[in-house]
This record gives sequence, C-alpha cells and structure tokens, in this order.
Amino acid sequence: MAQPDNFGFGEEAALLKESARKFFAERLPVDQLHALVAADPDPEKMSECGWKPELWQQMVDLGWSVLAVPEAAGGVGMPVVAMAGLAEELGRAAFPCPLLGTLNASYVLVACGAAGEPALAEIAEGRSATLAITNREGSWNAGDADVACEDGVLNGTAWFVQDARKVDRLLVSARSPAGLSLYWVAADAPGVTIRPDAIVDLTRDQAHVVFDQVEAQEVTSNGLAALNAAFPSIWTTLAADIVGAAEWQLQTTVEYVGARKQFDRPLGFFQAVKHPLVDVMVQIDQTKSLVYNAACAIDTEPERALQYAHMAKASASETAAFASGRSVQCHGGIGFTWECFLHLYFKRQKHSQMLWGDAAWHRARLAEILIGEVA
Amino acid sequence: MSDNARKDTPEQAEFRQHCREWLAQNRPDEPSVRLPQTALEIMTNEQLSYLQDWQKAAYQAGLVGCDYPVAVGGGGRTDCQRVANEEMVAARTPYFPNIIGLGMAAPTVFYHGQEALKERLLPRLFSGEDIWCQGFSEPGAGSDLASVQTFAEKQGDKWVINGHKVWTSLAHFAEWMILLLRTDKSHKYDGLSYFVVPIRSALGKGVTVRPLIKITGETGFNEVIFEGLEVDDGFRLDELGKGWQVAMTTLLHERGAGELQTPRAGGMKSKSTHANNTPNLIELARSCQRDGRPAAADPLLRDRIMQQVICEQGLNHNQRRSRVPALLDHPMRLALQNKLLASEIAQDTAALALEIEGAAASLYMGDENAPAGGQWPLCYMNSYGMTIAAGTSEVQRNILGERVLGLPKSK
Repeated sequence: MAQPDNFGFGEEAALLKESARKFFAERLPVDQLHALVAADPDPEKMSECGWKPELWQQMVDLGWSVLAVPEAAGGVGMPVVAMAGLAEELGRAAFPCPLLGTLNASYVLVACGAAGEPALAEIAEGRSATLAITNREGSWNAGDADVACEDGVLNGTAWFVQDARKVDRLLVSARSPAGLSLYWVAADAPGVTIRPDAIVDLTRDQAHVVFDQVEAQEVTSNGLAALNAAFPSIWTTLAADIVGAAEWQLQTTVEYVGARKQFDRPLGFFQAVKHPLVDVMVQIDQTKSLVYNAACAIDTEPERALQYAHMAKASASETAAFASGRSVQCHGGIGFTWECFLHLYFKRQKHSQMLWGDAAWHRARLAEILIGEVA
Repeated sequence: MSDNARKDTPEQAEFRQHCREWLAQNRPDEPSVRLPQTALEIMTNEQLSYLQDWQKAAYQAGLVGCDYPVAVGGGGRTDCQRVANEEMVAARTPYFPNIIGLGMAAPTVFYHGQEALKERLLPRLFSGEDIWCQGFSEPGAGSDLASVQTFAEKQGDKWVINGHKVWTSLAHFAEWMILLLRTDKSHKYDGLSYFVVPIRSALGKGVTVRPLIKITGETGFNEVIFEGLEVDDGFRLDELGKGWQVAMTTLLHERGAGELQTPRAGGMKSKSTHANNTPNLIELARSCQRDGRPAAADPLLRDRIMQQVICEQGLNHNQRRSRVPALLDHPMRLALQNKLLASEIAQDTAALALEIEGAAASLYMGDENAPAGGQWPLCYMNSYGMTIAAGTSEVQRNILGERVLGLPKSK
C-alpha cells in the first residue's frame, strides 16, 4: 500500500496541532509550569506529581483523550499522524497530564478488537488510563511481566508505570495459564497499591504498582499480539513528544545565545556555538520526518509500520539526548541552575530517551528486520 | 501502480506513461567503456560521447527540461521533471553528463539571462551537445566566494577577462562556462558580475584549461586561466554589479534547494558503477567475514549500519516533508539542509563500508581481490568532494545557523 505524499497530515490534523499549541501555551506557560512542578528542589523528597487536573478535564472536554478511540466505540478515530501532531505540541509544552498513557491504552485496546470495546467505552466517557506492562528489570518486550493472574486474581508488581497517580484505569499485562493476558483494572480497586517512584523527570510521575489479590476483568488472553500491534503507535507518539520538546530546547537556546554577550559578541556569533545548534536542528528534523513517516505507515502502510517506528524512536532517543546536552552546555552556568527552566525539558527528555526502548534497543530490533539473523 | 503514480495530476499521469513507454524501448545498453561513479569524473571522449548520446535521446523524447517553456527549448509542462526523473531512475538509466549545465547553468540563465540568450543556449544545454562548467572558486576564493579576483574590464563594447579559476569540473569538455567575476574592485559584493563565456572556442585564444588530479587518482576537474579573453556584453547575466545575487540562484539550485527541479537520471546497475547507499552496505556486510562469521552478524557493526539506514531514511522523508507546509517550521529549513546531510551521510556510509571490509579496504580498483571492485575506497575519497564542493559543510552550517535559526553572522 502506498503512503500519501503529505503523510496523510490533512486539515483536521493541522487544526488540532495548532489549537493544541495555543492551548498549552496559554494554559501553562513555562514559568507557571516551573512553579507547578519544581517548587521544591530537595532531591531526597518524593516527587510531588505536580499537575492541574482541571486542565486535563478541559482537554477531555475538548475530546483530545478520545481521538484515538474508534468512532464505533464512541471516540473520534483520528489517524495516528494526527496524534503525532498533538503529542509534538504536548512535548513542546512539557505538559504534565495522562494524555500519552491514555492514548497508549487506547492503541492497545483497539488492537484487542471487540474485546477492547468495553474499556474503550470508558475512555470515551472521559476516563484516563495508562499501561502497567513492564517488569522490574525494565524490559520493553511485550512478553515480560512480573504480574501473574490465576482464576481472575492478579498478584505481583508492575514497574515503570507512567503517570500512575493521574489515571483512573490501568491496563495490566500478566502471565496467566492462557499466556500473556491483559486486564482492565481501576486504579483505586481494592488490593491495588500505587507506590510512587522518586524520579528525575518533574513533568511526569511514575510508580510501581503492587497487585495483591486484585480481582480483575480480563480483556484478552492474547495480550502479546495486542501489545506488539500497538507498540509502533506507542513509540511514534512518544517520539513526537520528544520532537516538540527538542524544538523548545533548540529555540530557547538560540534565543539565549543571540542575547548573551561574551568577548563583545553574542555567543551565537561563534561557530563553536552556532554549529552544534545547527546539528541539533538537523537531528530534530531527521526525527520529525521519521516520526510522521512512521505515523503515516501505521495509518496506511501497516506492513512497514514496525520498521519505521523503530527508526522513529531510535532517532528520537538520540535527539532527546543530543538536544538536552547541547541546550544546557550552550547556556553555560545559568543552564546548570534550578532556576533556569531548561532543566524541566532536560529531565523530561532523558526520561523519554529510555522510555519504551532507547536508541540501541530499537536499532537492534531494526537490524533483525533489515539484516535478519546471520549465522 | 507505483506510489508516486497514485498522486499524479492528469498531465503528469499522461507524461509518466509516455516516459515509461519510451524508456522501455530506448533505455541504452550498458556501455563497453567503464563509466566513473558520477559525471564529475568523466575522463575520456568515449565515456562522454556514450553519455551525450543518451542525454540527447532523452531530451528529444521530452524527458529533459520538461518544466521550462517551449520557447527556450523546454517541454512547457508543469511539475513533470520530477516524474521523468522518477521514471528514469526506476528504469536504471545512465546518468546525464551535462550535470553542471542542467543543475546550475540552466536555472541561472533562465532566471537572469536575456530572451535571445536563453533561446540560443538552453536547447543545446538540455540536449547535452554543449557541456557546461562553473567558474566560481579561485586559488584565493574558496569558502569566501565573494572575494573572487578574476576581473572583466570594459574596452569599447567588449569585456576583457583576466583571472584564474580552480576546481572546475568538466572544463576539459565544456563549450560554456558560468563565470562569477569582478567588474569593480572597490566593492566586495556589489563589485561582482556574472557572465556566460565560451570556453572551447577560445582555447588558446585567451583561455587555458589544465587538468588537476584528484585524491582518487582520477581527473575530472581543472584549473582555467583567462588571459585577455574578449566577450560581448550580451553574455552578461542580469545587471552589472548583481553577480552575487545571480550566484545565489546558482548555489541554491546546486544545493537542491531551488525552484526548478534538476533533470536527473541514473541507477544503471553495472560492474563499473556503484551506489553509495545502505542496501549496498548491508550486502557488503553479508559478504565480508569478521572473526570467522559474516560482518553482518557483528552486533556493533549492525548497530552502526542501522544508524546509517536511519539517517538515509530521515533525509528521504525530509525531502517529502519539505512539501508539507503544515509540518515545516521555516520554508527553507529542510531545503538548506539537503546538501549538508546528503554529503555527510554518503561520507559516513562509505567510511563504515571500509571498516566492514577491514584488511580488504586496502585493495583498490586495480586489484582483482578487492571487495565490490574497490569501489568503496573510491566512494569514501570522492565523498570529500561532496562535503567540500558547493560550500563546505562548515559554510552550510553557517548558512543554516544564520538564515534559518537567525543567529548572528560569523563574519
């Protein structure tokens, strides 16, 4: 199947991206974001999970949490390429909310077919959700879960659960007699304990979630297939978030080195500063092109979606690291302080870099596809 | 139906069909002579005439200059050169020899020349009968192009040119040169003017062409010395003192960022041509051994090959995204990255190929045991031509930093 030349990024997607950009910039400009999430620098303290539930409610009211839910299940059913545009703006604002978790859960539930529809209907009613599918070692392979299920009862711990303190529902993967199954669990169900992690990233929260004799509703016993089908969308959407955040890092740094003077000249005059920033731009643009290509493949060329999504997230992880490093370095001393807003993005990006697979992990999977196993 | 055909306008669809039919009948057979990797290394008349015959045939079939007006020898079509290029590459044709004419001289003459000049020069440029070269760089003017010293002095109704140009690809075959020179020594930028000058007919009469040998051992570029060459004022492009602005048109097209799509053929697979790309890199890694197993099984090499694949794909989709305004932060942002990225990716790909070859990377084209006929060392060395010519990578980064990011000028 052929991809459309414009990545399928039509008028609706452009409008959504534009209005998301305005929404985030108006509702939570970076100084307010800093006041919200970075009030207390004490590293020994548990992270605060600063966010504004009322802004999330506004996003839900705008319909953004149901965009990836098919129309048949009460959602909007927009293509992944439109989600990429939305996620890019989310990243540009480093906006704390459970949007990515809810989108991710939607992608997986859609991949479950009819079995996913009851849970999707809850998302369509405005519930937020996140995936609880990662084990203690942080494996990004769908088959690895530390939670087990017997007779419809969950026991064990899911690790590295994103935005766990912000969501209503958990989509849990667990080993069951039938294989790897998925379960839909209320975040406040009896026996569910959310243990927040003390994390570096101030714009998200993360937890390990303990399941102690939790009665759960099975969504599917073929969780492996559903997760693997949804991974390209999950990686691509996060990669789009990285692109937006990296663009903020770039533009903020460009502004700074244009204003800050040393040796009687703006720093940006010097090629030792100018050229690395150009390299950041080039790296961002590569990732951005790969992100929209991957998203478009998920929408229109599914046989290539997996390899293109590996490319997008591998590239995005490099971009996250590179843009973060250069933004702080080019700011000099002020970039190393808590008061400078840069660290919010630096930390979000280092989190995103590893989340759902770093660059080397994605390249190793890509090599399996493009080179194959070689004896 | 191919991916590209799906989105054709009616005119493009009809034209694509024409290209396919013609190419099916007329794609040339592989030549008996060995061809170099690109037109910039054409060394012999045999190589040249084989390639000229191909370009002329393609022009007469309407596959070259498609988007230029009929009056100047073009096809009078809208956005059809891209279609012809796609079909020619898909049909694996030879490349065109008049690469500087098509890519740089044609758009410059078209945008800045007088009508009579266009009508005289462009048809023979498109057909490849007149090979063109570019007189920009000088011994004292490389990255700082505006400091060229070649001087044209007005004597009566003629201009008399003296000076020295270097790195002039194809000058040994060229009929014509696009020439950036100085008509006023008191203003650096506003003292520049732009001419087209006949080279071949003036050999020994004010023009000397001397070949330079490249790092690879191949020839292909030259130095050109002007000693009192007389030319008519009608060969001037645009106004006196506007040479720098005209040169920008040339450079924009040279870097693939211009308005007019350059006619481009190629892709012919043969033992003597070799594409510097990642499918070939993967093929190489499968055939080379390292520690008793294929290099393609080595985890570190696999990782680095994937890095190259990802960069190459990123460049391809940059070109696609550059036509989607809603996903573009600045109109020139991707166009101006094109040359920098393409040349650096090619260099890194070839460098990695040498590492994959290991000890065998020492073997060059003349060695029967060389992997891939010794083409990878040649690719690697030639890649420095790409990162240096048409504005070095360092100059490209200045342009991007200043024009796109808005950083202060480094001069």
